Amino acid sequence: MVEGLVFDIRKFTVHDGPGIRCTIFLKGCPLSCRWCHNPESQAEIPETSTKTVTLDGAIYMEQEVSGKWMTVEEILEEVEKDRVFYDESGGGVTVSGGEPLFQAEFLLNLLKGLKTRDLHVALDTCGYAGWQDLALTMDYIDLYLYDLKLMDDILHLEYTGVSNKPIHENLQRLARSGKKVVVRVPVIPGISDSESNFRSLLAFLEPLRPGVNEINLLPYHSAAENKYKRFGKVNSMKGISSTPREELIVRKKELEGLGYVVKIGG
Amino acid sequence: MTDRIKRLREQSLNAVNRISAERAVLVTEFYATGIDRQLSVPVCRAMAFDYILSRKSICINEGELIAGERGPAPKSCPTYPEICLHTLEDLEILDSRKKVSFKCDDEVRRIYSEKIIPFWTGRSNRDRIMSSLPEEWHNAYKAGFFTEFQEQRAPGHTVLGNKIYRQGLMGMISQIRKEVGSLDFIHDAMAYEKQEELKAMEIAALALIKFAGRYAEELENLAKKETDSERQAELLEMAGICRHVPAHAPRTLHEALQYYWFVHLGVITELNPWDSFNPGRLDQHLFPFYRKGIEDGSLTKESTVELLQSFWIKFNNHPAPPKIGVTALESNTYTDFCLINLGGLKPDGSDGVNELTFILLDVIEEMRLLQPSSMVQISKKNPDNFLQRTLKITKTGFGQPSFFNTDAIIQELVRQGKSLEDARNGGASGCVEAGAFGTEAYILSGYFNLAKVLELTLNNGFDPRTKKQVGIKTGDPELFISFEELMNAFRLQLEYLTAVKIRGNNLIHRIFADNMPVPFLSLFIDDCISNGMDYNAGGSRYNTTYIQGVGLGSITDSLTSIRYHVFEMKTITMQGLLKSLSADFKDFEEFRKELVYHTPKYGNDDDYADDQARMVFRMFFDAVDGKPTSVGGKHRINMLPTTSHVYFGSVIGALPDGRKACKPLSEGISPFQGADHNGPTAVLKSASKIDHLLTGGTLLNQKFAPSFFEGDEAIAKLASLIRAYFRLDGHHIQFNVVTADTLKDAQKHPDKHRDLIVRVAGYSDYFNDLGEDLQDEIIRRTEHEGI
Repeated sequence: MVEGLVFDIRKFTVHDGPGIRCTIFLKGCPLSCRWCHNPESQAEIPETSTKTVTLDGAIYMEQEVSGKWMTVEEILEEVEKDRVFYDESGGGVTVSGGEPLFQAEFLLNLLKGLKTRDLHVALDTCGYAGWQDLALTMDYIDLYLYDLKLMDDILHLEYTGVSNKPIHENLQRLARSGKKVVVRVPVIPGISDSESNFRSLLAFLEPLRPGVNEINLLPYHSAAENKYKRFGKVNSMKGISSTPREELIVRKKELEGLGYVVKIGG
Repeated sequence: MTDRIKRLREQSLNAVNRISAERAVLVTEFYATGIDRQLSVPVCRAMAFDYILSRKSICINEGELIAGERGPAPKSCPTYPEICLHTLEDLEILDSRKKVSFKCDDEVRRIYSEKIIPFWTGRSNRDRIMSSLPEEWHNAYKAGFFTEFQEQRAPGHTVLGNKIYRQGLMGMISQIRKEVGSLDFIHDAMAYEKQEELKAMEIAALALIKFAGRYAEELENLAKKETDSERQAELLEMAGICRHVPAHAPRTLHEALQYYWFVHLGVITELNPWDSFNPGRLDQHLFPFYRKGIEDGSLTKESTVELLQSFWIKFNNHPAPPKIGVTALESNTYTDFCLINLGGLKPDGSDGVNELTFILLDVIEEMRLLQPSSMVQISKKNPDNFLQRTLKITKTGFGQPSFFNTDAIIQELVRQGKSLEDARNGGASGCVEAGAFGTEAYILSGYFNLAKVLELTLNNGFDPRTKKQVGIKTGDPELFISFEELMNAFRLQLEYLTAVKIRGNNLIHRIFADNMPVPFLSLFIDDCISNGMDYNAGGSRYNTTYIQGVGLGSITDSLTSIRYHVFEMKTITMQGLLKSLSADFKDFEEFRKELVYHTPKYGNDDDYADDQARMVFRMFFDAVDGKPTSVGGKHRINMLPTTSHVYFGSVIGALPDGRKACKPLSEGISPFQGADHNGPTAVLKSASKIDHLLTGGTLLNQKFAPSFFEGDEAIAKLASLIRAYFRLDGHHIQFNVVTADTLKDAQKHPDKHRDLIVRVAGYSDYFNDLGEDLQDEIIRRTEHEGI
């Protein structure tokens, strides 16, 4: 049985697609975004970190492993537990990461499993994958949550470690396929919240309409600072605070004026 | 909110809770005549009721539209020495305690010391109960296995149906006379008792009509003196209403509300029944009056709201009567558990939500008062906009209304033998208790400490705290070779202790039936009149006595720990475990860390732990359900703690779930505080693994940060969360919407947060009025932050 490396399965996620969802986070990512909220999701191997546990004032250091090899069946069993909530809310399952397409073969098996159980399935992807791998998921995916991080290729390379060319090409092909796609734009202070990035984004999306008509603006938050420390990773975003909400609302209004459906926070 | 309502609301909020000796003086005067020796018990009780109502002071607050106070002023609270007698020390505690105090002036103390205490010492119903109960009961009670509801308050826990909206007391009196006329003194051995009870009911009915007449008279007097012509007209209209109701059936919304209020006052003056009294399905009962008033132009939406708000304030003026002894020290709420029901189904099974339902929700939101409490009944047939409107009130964070599953309640009641129509006319009262409104006496008899049964089992029946053999001998746990053997011993202890409790219940029911009948309350609950039998003697169509299980999360996690560590992983021997418990984990800190952090826990949708919840629940059910009561009813279970999980925790040593000695237990059917780490859906799944339909109510508390309620989409998701839980037959869920930071700030600066209301457990309370340990616990309860 093929196993996939999972770093978390979270219930009652309410920001990753319609309704009440369960989000499966697969571990391993070809990108290394500086603002990554889940630094422990990047490496494609299980990682050990030290966690402190306090009880009655005493402090215990415990080893914690991030990443667990699981079979499709094991994941489905966990997912099935919340079926009544998906049914009532029109929700379902979101596969996220890391980058789920990084484990393309396992992902495909997982998606087949989810689809045979008649679940609504969303794929949260950064789009950096071979078109063939992405295309194979189309039969099983009801909704793509597709990240567009930075429009300028040089900056994209600088801040995420990869070129955005394949990401853009894949989105163009996906949009033409007629699948439902929501574009998610992380609004990172001083990096992607610039006027020029916003203009380029609009120019890029215009020809993809009406296939792509929904945009989520994802505000940066600094909640991951602790995680960087625990995993001994360098947090280059240390001390940076979120873009003010008012600025996000100005962007939202402009996009809505153009006819997009816009949400802040997904 | 009109200026009038603003003033009345302020008056109610600012009124000081105090003890009034008025009722105690009147009831003592009455019994001091010795007349009770010449009369049957029910007739005597009815005459005492008449004596009080004919003499007690009349209170009409400035500007109010609904009149009537139990005491001489708002929040002036009577005592019931015939039920339980306050000592001077009790009065001192009530006066001086920091939380939930009742001011008690020198005059009241003088009256108590000169008249009330000398007369009632050794004669109260409590004295009668305590001296009649067997030693095993006292031992288990003192050890903290159960509490006793009827020790200081009369059985109550009943809710009014729609009777008073169809019939005036004069109509009930004609029915009473017909019943008396058709008594068969030749063949019916109970005919004499029935005659006395019916006579008593008539005296009580007339007493309330006369009482309303006294109000009418005073209103007319005030009208004469009133210089403002608008208020003068109002006072005269109110006087007219008090002359019409309660004698006759109400014709308008105003009459319906005033009638109910007189009945409410009657019930809580006759005795001090638990959960005060409750109009129940208010939107169903009042809708015809509202529609008629709108159609004939006598009402507008605004005037309806003002009347309802005036009605709301009356409830807030009436705190729960203060307790005596230890409970006077610990009891920590003014709430008298009157729970207004909205929504649900009509008796024909169709959707009951109407225009007035939404108006009442507006009233609840705007009044923001502690009392009355409110809930919505959600059936699969009720519309989503009703559920979502309610969630928007919940979002404002004062813990009301709570959410109940109508379809589950109906199935629970039908399983217990109620007709489908009676079940559909029912709902929930008190905290979460299911009942058939207007036809059922459902008596809560006491909380039952499930977790302590394990402590007893692990000590072979010996209670380490009171140093007594309270239970039976079920064997030395160190010799148990399997988890099944332990569970078997646990079951035997549980059966023994529930039997002790049931035996006590049956004795107490008879004491109330024989000595403390309630002919006035009996008028309103079918079929007491046609049975010629008192509410406290089993006269209602349905009679149920509940024992409320407490600590499901704690007992589940404790049993799971033993199964996991002792019998399966064998990380510790039974001997080692027992040693760690008796040391309260001193020198076993690492082991305790394993228990707390690395052992399966209830509340995570993990069958390994939840199987123990199923098992304990089933054992408790089997030990109690269906056992007869001494007034012709049946014993049933429900699962709710109010605040008893704090007390029950204080009498238990360390438990195998890692909880240290004397700390609170888990509350309701919620997971132990902090034991759930998979989010709310997992909690709901675990909680639904017990069969709620076998209970008469379960209580599940979920705390959410306000961010969960931002936007219509979020509200819709929470609505689905509730619908899903109810699809799994969940009985009830409530939300605490407040951040931990706010609560911590309130602890530090109580003055800044005087109006902070939180959901405690089945009810809401002012955060400032809670004991510090309960405050801490509410802060600790898992906050499910957005993901």
